[in-house]
Amino acid sequence: MTTQPAAVVRSTRRRPAPTLLIGAALVLLVVLAALISFVWTPYDPVQAAPADRLQGSSAAHLMGTDRYGRDVFSGILYGARITLLVGLVAVGIALLIGTPLGILAGMRGGAVEEVSMRAADILLAFPALLVAIMFGAVFGASTTTAMLAIGIGSIPGFARVARSGTLQVMSTEYVLAAKASSQGAFRIARRHVLPNIAGMVVVQCSVSFAIAVLAEAALSFLGLGTPPPVPSWGRMLQESQQFLGTYPMLAVWPGLAIAVAVLGFNLVGDGLRDKFDPKLNGGR
Amino acid sequence: MAIRLLINLARFAVTYVAATVLVFLFMRAIPGDPAQIALGVNATPELLAQTRAEFGTDRPLVVQYFDWALGLPFGDFGTSYVTRQDISPLVLDRVQVSLILVVLAMIVALLIAIPFGTLAAVKHRSAGGILVSGLSQLGVAVPNFLAGILLVVVFAVGLGWFPANGWTPPGQDFGDFASRVALPVLALASVQGAILTRYVRSAVMEVMSEDYLRTARAKGLGKMEALFKHGLRNASIPVLTVTSVQLAALIIGAVVIERVFVIPGLGSMLLDAVGNRDLLTVQSVVMVLVAITLIINLVVDVLYTILDPRIRKAS
Repeated sequence: MTTQPAAVVRSTRRRPAPTLLIGAALVLLVVLAALISFVWTPYDPVQAAPADRLQGSSAAHLMGTDRYGRDVFSGILYGARITLLVGLVAVGIALLIGTPLGILAGMRGGAVEEVSMRAADILLAFPALLVAIMFGAVFGASTTTAMLAIGIGSIPGFARVARSGTLQVMSTEYVLAAKASSQGAFRIARRHVLPNIAGMVVVQCSVSFAIAVLAEAALSFLGLGTPPPVPSWGRMLQESQQFLGTYPMLAVWPGLAIAVAVLGFNLVGDGLRDKFDPKLNGGR
Repeated sequence: MAIRLLINLARFAVTYVAATVLVFLFMRAIPGDPAQIALGVNATPELLAQTRAEFGTDRPLVVQYFDWALGLPFGDFGTSYVTRQDISPLVLDRVQVSLILVVLAMIVALLIAIPFGTLAAVKHRSAGGILVSGLSQLGVAVPNFLAGILLVVVFAVGLGWFPANGWTPPGQDFGDFASRVALPVLALASVQGAILTRYVRSAVMEVMSEDYLRTARAKGLGKMEALFKHGLRNASIPVLTVTSVQLAALIIGAVVIERVFVIPGLGSMLLDAVGNRDLLTVQSVVMVLVAITLIINLVVDVLYTILDPRIRKAS
């Protein structure tokens, strides 16, 4: 009986690398698709070919063609580029703004903490998708507004993770020692806090990337993301809607692509979280 | 406890007011005169001035803000510059549709998540538990609009059990309502259910490793009995947190699902307004969605205080 709790803890920690490996493989697949699209796609993804419209899978068109005769496989390859671009920029924005804010809040405490956490709360009431819809209303739909909006919407997550990590690090003895040897706050942040919360921040990057991919797909689906003719998975899905009765595969391919990307980044996040201290990420 | 509730209320008020300022300023950030846009470039100066007075856009920005923000709590959203109609009745009509969708979806999601999440935790080393964990991992990766489309392909187009889209108010024809609401609710609930299953699982796992549960087992209670008597109340707190976060996510998710199933809710209203560049409507609907999110958070914070004696006594 006495060994049971320990066994439970160990089993979550030992949960082996498969999640990480499968996730990394799926992410790699998306990255490869994007890279390949720079040098080669079977057809021009935006080139309409009315004679070949709405064909099923064949040797000539691996995933068939859409209503304008565009090759779906080429569109999927090219769409990976948009997905990764939006994810990278959005996560980059959130990482560069949210992490320092969270560290500042965790180190300073008091009024600084209260103000920055309330600011994060306010932002939290504006999910990425809602921010993006507002951006779309004011500035019109574009890849740039989508990236900005998703990035802004992802800031609170980073701020929260960085703050809770910082709070833990600040209560350790080595920080106390650093303070006692009169090291400056900036030096403590760089030398002690940042390296110790890096793991949690990397996990947050991966999870946020998955959310960004979902948000980008939803925005494109609503016509508020990347404007046509540039292929994006969300819009391919939206365009497939009128053919659900006749050509359901038109919805399946982009849907599969989105699911693979999101699953990949989620699994990588999960795997990394298990690798770093699982307890660290248990809280809010 | 009273102090804690007051702090919660004060935080809610500050966040809400800040959100109204943010939304107002953001929507006014674009250059352009709503009167000019409504009338076109050939409007006479007299007509322009008259329209500006009618819209109230000739007043200082601060006055416009207070006029809008003070009307909000009373359900007064002003008159659209584009349709020239009162926004409020439409919002009140649409918000009901969205709330029905969201609440039903959350109930179904919890009905999926609580039993399956508990099962996955209790039997986390058996095939059943691993299967549930794997499926929930997959479900999280499927955006709800994709789930909606797949459900339409299978159950509407393929099997013909449900209509592919459309909406009937429940008061009008309940049978028709039920058949039309089934697929959108399922689309929202399957994804939410998957997300919540993961949280229920980890919450129950955490509780199962606690000392008090071991004590309960040592007292002679069975595994499930101990879990029900001592564990579930403690597991409910993290699940409650994530449920509130997910409820807010569902409200936004419903925006997209309403588009898939052509449902006349707040989401469709918002997206139509974006399409028409009807900024006052966008501004008002966004604020309604944000307010609903904030109210949910407030309610959950209050529930915490009641559920968790540690928080209750801390103040």
